[in-house]
Amino acid sequence: MISLSHVTKRFGRFVALNDVSLEVERGEIIALWGPNGAGKSTLVRCLLGLLPFQGSAHIGGIDVARRGKAARRLVGYVPQEPALFDDLRVDEAGLFFGRLRGAGREEVRRMLDEVQLMPHAKKRVRELSGGLKQRLCLGLARLTDPPVILLDEPTASLDAATRADVLADVEHLRERGKTVLLISHRPEEVRQLADRIVTLEAGKVVEIERTGRHAPERPLLHVVRDSQLEPRSREVRP
Amino acid sequence: MTQKAALPGEVEVSAHGPERSFALRTIWTLLQRELRDSLRNKWFLLYTLSFAGLALALAYLSNIGTGLAGMAGFGKTAASLVNLTLLVVPLMALTMGAVSLSSERERGMLAYLLAQPVSRYEVYFAKFLGQGLAFSGAIALGFGLSAAALAQHGLGDSALFLRLAGLSVLLALSLLAIGMSIAVFARRSASAMGMAVFAWLAVTLLGDLGLLGATTFLDLEVKDMLTLSLLNPTQVFKLGAIQGFDATLDLLGPAGLYAVRTFGDRLAWLLGGALVAWTLIPLLIGAFFFARRPL
Repeated sequence: MISLSHVTKRFGRFVALNDVSLEVERGEIIALWGPNGAGKSTLVRCLLGLLPFQGSAHIGGIDVARRGKAARRLVGYVPQEPALFDDLRVDEAGLFFGRLRGAGREEVRRMLDEVQLMPHAKKRVRELSGGLKQRLCLGLARLTDPPVILLDEPTASLDAATRADVLADVEHLRERGKTVLLISHRPEEVRQLADRIVTLEAGKVVEIERTGRHAPERPLLHVVRDSQLEPRSREVRP
Repeated sequence: MTQKAALPGEVEVSAHGPERSFALRTIWTLLQRELRDSLRNKWFLLYTLSFAGLALALAYLSNIGTGLAGMAGFGKTAASLVNLTLLVVPLMALTMGAVSLSSERERGMLAYLLAQPVSRYEVYFAKFLGQGLAFSGAIALGFGLSAAALAQHGLGDSALFLRLAGLSVLLALSLLAIGMSIAVFARRSASAMGMAVFAWLAVTLLGDLGLLGATTFLDLEVKDMLTLSLLNPTQVFKLGAIQGFDATLDLLGPAGLYAVRTFGDRLAWLLGGALVAWTLIPLLIGAFFFARRPL
């Protein structure tokens, strides 16, 4: 569903992504793991077409560099810091982003209902707490039911209760067969949610681990790097 | 696996380099938000109210002097409106154009918007159209109030007022396009604002000084002076506006006379065309680089 082939991204002399190749199957939840500056968010931004890069990236078979708009129609995105238009009311924001995604008024209303934001529908986005904004972003990402969801540290600034809600939402995405790319710095989240953990260091993929959620379909390349993760299964890809 | 990704009625052109895709529905959605955003922007409201208030005050003062000056009152109002437009409209269009795009980029809103199924060209052109509509409304309000105040005393020349308003809208659009191009290249909102203010100084004050200095020291020919004037959108506006009061342009000296003699009735079209070019060229340059710059 997501295919990256020899993706390299440089910012001047700094190599943010170095020859990254990765295949993500339909319905799989992949966690991107690594220290700050490892290239996780850069990878997501390349996939969204926000950054030009060398190599190729496809979502649902669509080249994101050449047909970014078409590729993004298959993607719902939740940023680390929700940066919605603050002056819009919650229902206006839903309608605005919904229309861009081809969703109707009724779908937006249903989405607000699902993420329990109907009581806040007439509030300005800037009046929402961080958790509610994140919930709105999750709802917007699911509008029109895209097959791929990209989550860039969705729980980074949330309290424990809201984080649990968001994690439940991600579990729900799994049940609905979505392909999810998740960035998180929390080992417990990664272990709970991911089918595979892709570890990036200095822009390179240094380890791909299967967590044991699903039986491995094929052997995986394994480089032992991060003792924090204690992966449940480790195999070597030829 | 390839999925069908274009919506019905959407023209999608894939090519090497940035995607050129236009969907009218997407542009309309973005344009509406841009228009609403402008109308809620306190700086835009301040500029609009200042322009409308000053235009109304000019008309009111003309009305007071009508008994003494008669029709001269209308001419003075129109001339004062030209000066007011030359001062306020470039400042409004340059700064708003520069800040709107750069502040959205700085606050991460632009990245989130571009993470949606929209093309960068759609976002850029919709932003221009939305803000352009808002500026057109602000200018129409100022000229409309002024015209209404003058009409109470039976003064006014609706054709001249429409010409001035039309030229003002073209001036606003050209400077908005320049302001947006500045935002594409500026890294931060504050530097975009600084560059926009410098551009305002350049086109309004330094432009006049430059023309005067070049004429004096370079011993320019008359046709070169006209060419130099066309290189500054505010000078083009001034020529077009003054031609409305004074068809021979002898107010502007030899350059004005040369322009009228050379181009005759086509001069108004030439000046209008120059303002359209001043809109399209920076708009297309800005869009080209906006589509390619990383976020």
